[in-house]
Formats: sequence, structure tokens, C-alpha cells
Amino acid sequence: MLNILRQSLRTGLVTIGDPIGSFNPPPAWRGTPRFDFAAWRDARLAAAACPTGAITVLDSGASRTVKVDYGLCIFCGGCADACPEGAVRMARELEPPALRRGDLVLSAEYEINSNGVQTRLLSGPARGSASGSIEETGAAVRQAVHRILGRSLAIREVDAGSCNGCEVELHALNNPLYDLERFGIHFVASPRHADMLLVTGPVTRNLELALLKTWRATPDPKAVVAAGACGISGGIFGLNYAVRGAVDDVIPVDVYVPGCPPRPESLLYGILLAVGRLAPPREGLRTAAGQEE
Amino acid sequence: MSRPGSAAFDSLMAEVRPLAASACEKTPWEVRAFLPGADDRQEIAAALLDRGCRFASVFAEDRRAQERAYYLYDVVEHRDDHRYLVIRYRVAPEQPRFPSISLQAPAANWMERETQDWFGIEAEGHPNPRRVALHDHWPGVHPLLKDFPIDAVLPPLEGDPHIFRQTIGEGVFYVPVGPVHAGIIEPGHFHFAVAGEPVIYLQLRLFYTHKGVEKRFENLPLTHGVFLAESVSGDTSFGHGLAHCLALEHAAGIEAPPHARIGRVILLELERIYNHAADIGAIATDVGFVIANSHATRLREQMLRLNEELTGSRLLRGLLRPGGLRRPLDAARLAPFLEKLESFEREYRSLVRLIEDSDSTRDRLETTGTLPPAKAKDLGIVGVAGRASGQDLDVRRDHPFDGYQGLQPRVPVFSQGDVLHRMRVRSEEVLESLSLIRAAAAELPEGPSLSPLPEIAPGATALSAVEGWRGEILHWIRNGGNGRLDRCRIKDPSLNNWPAIVEAIQGNIIPDFPVINKSFNLSYSGTDR
Ligand code: SF4
Repeated sequence: MLNILRQSLRTGLVTIGDPIGSFNPPPAWRGTPRFDFAAWRDARLAAAACPTGAITVLDSGASRTVKVDYGLCIFCGGCADACPEGAVRMARELEPPALRRGDLVLSAEYEINSNGVQTRLLSGPARGSASGSIEETGAAVRQAVHRILGRSLAIREVDAGSCNGCEVELHALNNPLYDLERFGIHFVASPRHADMLLVTGPVTRNLELALLKTWRATPDPKAVVAAGACGISGGIFGLNYAVRGAVDDVIPVDVYVPGCPPRPESLLYGILLAVGRLAPPREGLRTAAGQEE
Repeated sequence: MSRPGSAAFDSLMAEVRPLAASACEKTPWEVRAFLPGADDRQEIAAALLDRGCRFASVFAEDRRAQERAYYLYDVVEHRDDHRYLVIRYRVAPEQPRFPSISLQAPAANWMERETQDWFGIEAEGHPNPRRVALHDHWPGVHPLLKDFPIDAVLPPLEGDPHIFRQTIGEGVFYVPVGPVHAGIIEPGHFHFAVAGEPVIYLQLRLFYTHKGVEKRFENLPLTHGVFLAESVSGDTSFGHGLAHCLALEHAAGIEAPPHARIGRVILLELERIYNHAADIGAIATDVGFVIANSHATRLREQMLRLNEELTGSRLLRGLLRPGGLRRPLDAARLAPFLEKLESFEREYRSLVRLIEDSDSTRDRLETTGTLPPAKAKDLGIVGVAGRASGQDLDVRRDHPFDGYQGLQPRVPVFSQGDVLHRMRVRSEEVLESLSLIRAAAAELPEGPSLSPLPEIAPGATALSAVEGWRGEILHWIRNGGNGRLDRCRIKDPSLNNWPAIVEAIQGNIIPDFPVINKSFNLSYSGTDR
């Protein structure tokens, strides 16, 4: 007993005050691809490099539509490596969770020449590659986090076919550094005790029914968070004979949390967003130091 | 690329009659035997088992279009040979069956049944030929056949996913658990038959998370495969990613540059450490020692952060490339990294002491969930679970790859086979991993981290083996020649080890199942793929 106490005292307090506001990953962190649509000359290179098809190029005559889907992105950095002119770079910010699937998709129209090079941007996404301020986002999050202290939220986690990478990070939320419980949020054993389902993985054929039953067993009102590229879109696995689809192909989803897997900060953000405790983010969640990889 | 080794397979190939008569091919990593038919499979199996061989993987491929044949493969391991023996049996499309060896080698049981499910070729004489990979309510499809399209849409599934065997006796009742479990755990179904408190028979229904991974590899450009490999089992991103890269490198006949080969040792050991630390804590939780778990999850988080500082990813993802590492490990980051590892070690040692000093904890773990060595050998149990039950196996030592050639890791082995010793294997391995990392860091050479992967000949095959933190990972590939793989067989150690849980639970009470299960901590996704 004495040893246990001694060890705990020696360890001291390790919990992070505000995980979202103080988000500051190490310099080696790969970050999030951001696109300078006006400067982008050839999106085909990035599209070919992207392992999940998150970047697509559709040409018709002299025009091209480029789409970037953060719901498919696994944040590997391949697109930035493949764009020598620097139109794609990895920025030190998190792609924030979204309330609508479509909010994760950026789309741009170009004029192209006969070599397939983009010569003019006809229309670009409303959301640019870099603007907004970290101070605002950080402050909003901090306030919201404080406002909700003391209220309780019960989450039932459902692995609908994930690779268990998302589960590694969900476990991390429970460690003493993130200490989810202090926000009044805890994972529960039964859907009947839950306010929220947090679903990971592409929904496999074999788990479609289990997911549906779990959803039905959860009392209303309830929120659903789809976590990770697979939960949002099928991710790297794609849709195949064994995969039924994304989570929202089976049950309605309130919040989509991009990442592969999403970091604990993103998961926490998504959870808070889903219960209306946070205003939807306007821009990427930045870090204190804005330098690139 | 010369690899020493006492070449047990060379003499064996000469002594075992059907093998001696077969065509043979040798690479630094494999001895390959090609047999025109599968008639002699049982005779060969008996001879191999006699000589202390282990059946590590069994699988098939559909080569009807190219060679008018199915091929069945037995991948065989022997401690005294650095290579693996890969026996290929031709199975004629007109008679799609092969003799089962599961009675002789129970290790082949699930994998033969898998082969039936994926390809529709029959394991004749299998003692329990029921489906294992496809659930019972799936239509009669065989997804790995070439004429089965990857995007086939199956009709809605109705009925029972599994018809369990009956357990008959006075007072026997069933406790079904899953597939959705009561924690942040992967899905699978456990069907217990109990008489009073003790469990008398456990049946497993897995493959709930089956997501077509092996088929998906056949449809993914070669350059993208490593990302899929990293998602076979998220907690083993590096282990499976590495096995994938090694397989391609072997097929191309290259080695990664020295920096990458040594760097990979550091990264693979980091994966082992964060998982083992978490498991030790989880085992403590399941017997009520929650404070120990708090410390363990804190230490795990420390390691995840160190992973990120060194590689940019908490799960060590995205750094591997066939031919090496995407970028070199930064020498400037190495020194502070090693310092943090020192403080991790101090805290880790005191965590282990905390648990070992707790009499009540030790008491709950000792003799709980025992897997006797003889059973472990029969079932072909590998990795942590194998070593806790007397199976002195470790790919890093016996079949060294990359920077392990020359490192000689110490391998803890116990014969008790209970939860306590599965925990002790882990606690000792973490310390060994720490010293391997230091040794590797000390000799990490400068220089390029990536060699270009040359064109791989169409039809070329290769096997790779990696000791992941759970145990032996095997990948086998055949290059398609169209920028895709023609076949990718992935064997996670969990696939070997599930039957061990069925043995270990017998006679124990259901309330001990969580801690027994945790002490194996197998990957559902790695099994189901
Ligand atoms: S970072 Fe995302 S968009 Fe870019 S290549 Fe990787 S998965 Fe595709």
C-alpha cells in the first residue's frame, strides 16, 4: 500500500489542462495537407500518389474538376511529396470534425491546356488553404470545455470493423493525461446507458446488423460520431464484397471526425461537437507554432 | 545478403522421400519445394513434425487462368534454419481437394478451413470442416477466386452467423457474449458452455471484422500497398507494414540501405514497448489493480508521444516504404529520444515492481488460464503466448531480418503457461527491447534511407517474416506484373493463437475470462482481415 502511494506521489499530476486548446504536437508531426488551389498546376500527380483516392481529378474537354475529400484522407503526406511546385503542403493544423459529410470535401474547377496542366482557376473552394486564427479557435474551445465541466455524457463505443487503430487512440482518451472522465464523459458497457454512439471502422457485412441493433437499443435522443477515415468513407479498405459501407450508410451520423486514426484531441473535439457543446469550427485547428514539416 | 544457419532444410529435403523427388529452389529467405500433386502431403507432414518442424501458415492461390491449377502452400518453420520451407502442392481444378493434415498438425486446423472458404477447395478428412472465415449465413461464394469480383454485392445476410456445437450434460448452460463487447474492444462472439461456474467448452465465432483485405491488395497499386498493410491491425501498423515491405524487397532481390535496416529495428521495438506496457496495465485492471493501470496507460502515452517525436506518427505509420524508410531518422532527435527512454525505463521498472510486489494480484494471475507447453506445441502457438508456454521461438533470433542480423535478442521463455507468465514474458521483453533500441541507435549509420525498388518480375513470389509484438507475422506475395499483386497472404500471429484461448479457459470460471483473454490480447482485425 505504501509503495502504491509513494509511486503515485512521485508521479505527481500529469493531466493536460485543456487538450484541445493546448494542442501542440512535436515538430516531426506530419500534419494536414493544405492546398493552394490558385497556384496548383497539376493535381494529377497528387491524385496518383494518394493511396485512398482522397484526391480525384475529372477532366472534360478543357476543364478539370479537382476534389479533395478529407473524409478519405489518411494524412500520409504523399500528395505534398508529389507536388514539387509547393501547391500542396503539410500544415501544422488538424482537420476539424464536421457536422456534414459534404463539409469535408473541397472542390475546384480549372481550365487546362492540351498537356493537362491547370492554367487557370475558374472557381475554388470557399474554404482556403490558410486563414483564421488559432487564438479564436483555442479560446472558443477552452470556454466550451469549461462550460461543460460537471455535466455527464455516456458513450458506447462500437467497432464496426476497424483495424483497431482508432481504438488505440480511444484508449488514450482514458489515460491520465487526457482523462476524459473529468469532462463528465465516460465510456459505458451497454447501449441502453448511452447518450452517444462512437463508431469506428468501415461497416463490415458481418457487423451491419450488430451496429443497427446497437443503435436501436440506444435511447433517444442520441448522437452518433463516425470516427476515422474508415467510419466516414470506408477509407483505405474501399467498398468491397465484405464492406457494407461508411457508418452513415447504415445509421444517421451527427459528426464526422477525420484522421487515420484521429488523434485524441480530434476525438474529444468531435464528441463535444456532437452534443452541441462546441460551435462548429470555422477553420483548421491550429497549433501554437505555425511551421511546416 | 548471405545468411548463416545450420541449414536443417537442406538435409531434410534430401531425406524426406516425396520432397527429395520434387523440384526445389533456394533463396536467402526460403527453401521452395514444388510438388505435382497433394497426395503425399500427409506423409510429408508426418516427416516434418517428426523432425521438429512447425506449420506456420497454410494458404492457397488461384492460378487457373495462368497455369490451370490451384496451388496449396504449407509454410514450415524450423529453429535450426534461418529460412522458411515453402511447399507448394498443385491442386487440379477438376478435382479441387487436398488431404487435410489437421489431425496430425492441429496448427493447420483453422487455416485449412479458411482455404476451403476462400477458394472452395476441400480439405479432405478435416476433423471439423465447417466454415471459419465466412459466416454460416453467407451464400456459397469464394471471395479469393479470381472470377469473384471484389465489388460483388452480396444479398442481405439472414439467419444465424454460426451454428454452435452442442454441449450436453446435466446442468450445462450457455453464455453467449458479443459480437459487440462491453468496452473499447474489437468485436467477436464467444459462446461459453458452463457447468456451474467452470467453463467446459468455449466456441469462437470470429471474422466479424473481415473487410476483404487480401482481395483488396490485388486491386491496389503496388506503391499504395504499404498503407493497407499498416491497417491490417492498427496496433501492429509497423509490424505488418514492415512485413509487406520486406516481401517486396525479397521479391525484387534487394535490401534496404543500412540506415533503414537499423532504423527499422528501433521502430519495431517501439511498437513492442507501447503495446506490452499497455497489456501489463490491462492485465492488472482485470484483477482489480486499477492504479497500476493508470501508471501503465500513462507510460503507454509517453511511448506514443516518443513515437511521434521520432517518426511523425503516434502509431509509427507512414514512414515505411518498400526499399527502406521514407526519410532518415533524424540524428538530432535521437539524443533527446534516448534520454526520454531512460526515464521511461525507470518508471517502467517501478511499475513492474509494483505489480510483482502485490501478493493479491500475483495470486490471481498465477495458475490462471494455463496453456500447457505440449498443447502450445500441438496448436503451433507463437509469440508471447508461445514463449510463456515453453515455445522457444522468436523470428528476430531464429530468422533474423533487417538490422536483427547480428543483434541476437535475448528471448524469455517460461513453461508455466499461465496469465502471470504471459505478463512476465512481456515485462522482460520490454527491457530487452530497450536495450535493442540502444544498441541499434549506437550503430545507426548515416546515409540514404531508401533504395529504389527495382521492377519485380511478373509472377515472382516472396515470403517475409517479422516478429511483431504479438509474435510471428508472415506475408506471402505473388507479383501480378500489372503494377498490382496477384496474391497477398497475410498471417497475423493471432490467427495461430486463437485456439490457445479455447484451451486456456477450460476449467476456469467465466469471471476470469477477461483477464485470460487480455493476457493473450489477440487482434481481431489481424485475424479477420
Ligand atoms: S495526405 Fe491525404 S490527400 Fe494527401 S495523399 Fe495522403 S491520404 Fe491522400
